[in-house]
Amino acid sequence: MAGCLVAGAVSVGAGTYFGWDGFTIQSGNLIVIVVMIILFVLALVLPFPGGKRRK
Amino acid sequence: MTAQTTPGHGAPVDETDAHTWTGRARRWLLRKLPPDKLLPEDQPSFVASWAYVFGMGAIGSLLWIIVSGIVLGLNGPQWYHVSSLGSFVNSTHLWSVELFFIFMVVHLWLKFWMAAWRGGRLLTWITGVISFVVSIVAAFTGYLLQTNFDSQWIAFEAKDALNAVGVGAWFNVANVGQLFTWHVTLLPVAVGAVVVLHVLLVRVHGVAPPLEAAESDAQLLHNRPGATEPPEPAEPPEATEPRGTVQ
Ligand code: HEM
Repeated sequence: MAGCLVAGAVSVGAGTYFGWDGFTIQSGNLIVIVVMIILFVLALVLPFPGGKRRK
Repeated sequence: MTAQTTPGHGAPVDETDAHTWTGRARRWLLRKLPPDKLLPEDQPSFVASWAYVFGMGAIGSLLWIIVSGIVLGLNGPQWYHVSSLGSFVNSTHLWSVELFFIFMVVHLWLKFWMAAWRGGRLLTWITGVISFVVSIVAAFTGYLLQTNFDSQWIAFEAKDALNAVGVGAWFNVANVGQLFTWHVTLLPVAVGAVVVLHVLLVRVHGVAPPLEAAESDAQLLHNRPGATEPPEPAEPPEATEPRGTVQ
């Protein structure tokens, strides 16, 4: 059972890190944060489809 | 008993005449959340904005998290850590969690910048905060169930903190069976319950108006929550240009 639990566990790579002056961030975390900021800005500026139909 | 005075099935019941706890509970529920508030057909025109969509986005991802999680749990790790279909379903579970958190955080930013706790909606905000915290714990136990070197690292980083706050004996990151139970029963039920409460509170209060909406706005008067709540303080008079109504 314990063997099966870990059987699919592939070794995890070290990941890609970006850093500037003592600040480092892993690529996945950076991507998620950037995506959230883009979605936030788009939610404010994009018109809502069908919104004009409503009086 | 009171057979003669009790109205028959379908007869209108005088709601002021509740004399049992069930009757009082029904009266309270119907006053707080009448059916037309629970399942409305119209919303004020300002709701036609992407800013109001992300809560539903989080619910949508949560639904897929739950469906895929049930499939994973019923088939077991021998399936999801070994077969390719199992790995695929496992991956959709993970990616819907990523979407869930992305939508939830964008939702929370949007609600923060429109101060959506105004007008007696503080409990809506607080249930949002609780759902965020409980979701993080649920995700944490999920990462531990990967049972790879990542989860080993996460578990033993967290172990000292859990011991320091005194819960290490009951919430043992080194016990996979216990974590499995937390992850597939208690924490999902907790997230689900808080989200249901959160959405019911949104329905009770109606959707928060934009910051620049005027107190005299016809749509706000129409959507004002029940008389149990004081009206919001008046907005500055320069914001009184009229708005259309939806009906
Ligand atoms: C499990 C995650 C969550 C789900 C599924 C969820 C769902 C929703 C939904 C469907 C709505 C109504 C539609 C909308 O405005 O988007 C809503 C409203 C709201 N949410 Fe959330 N939410 C979550 C987390 C949060 C968090 C973390 C916060 C803030 C800390 C928050 C604060 C609010 C507030 C204040 C409202 C009321 C907005 C209004 O009345 O217009 N929510 N939520």
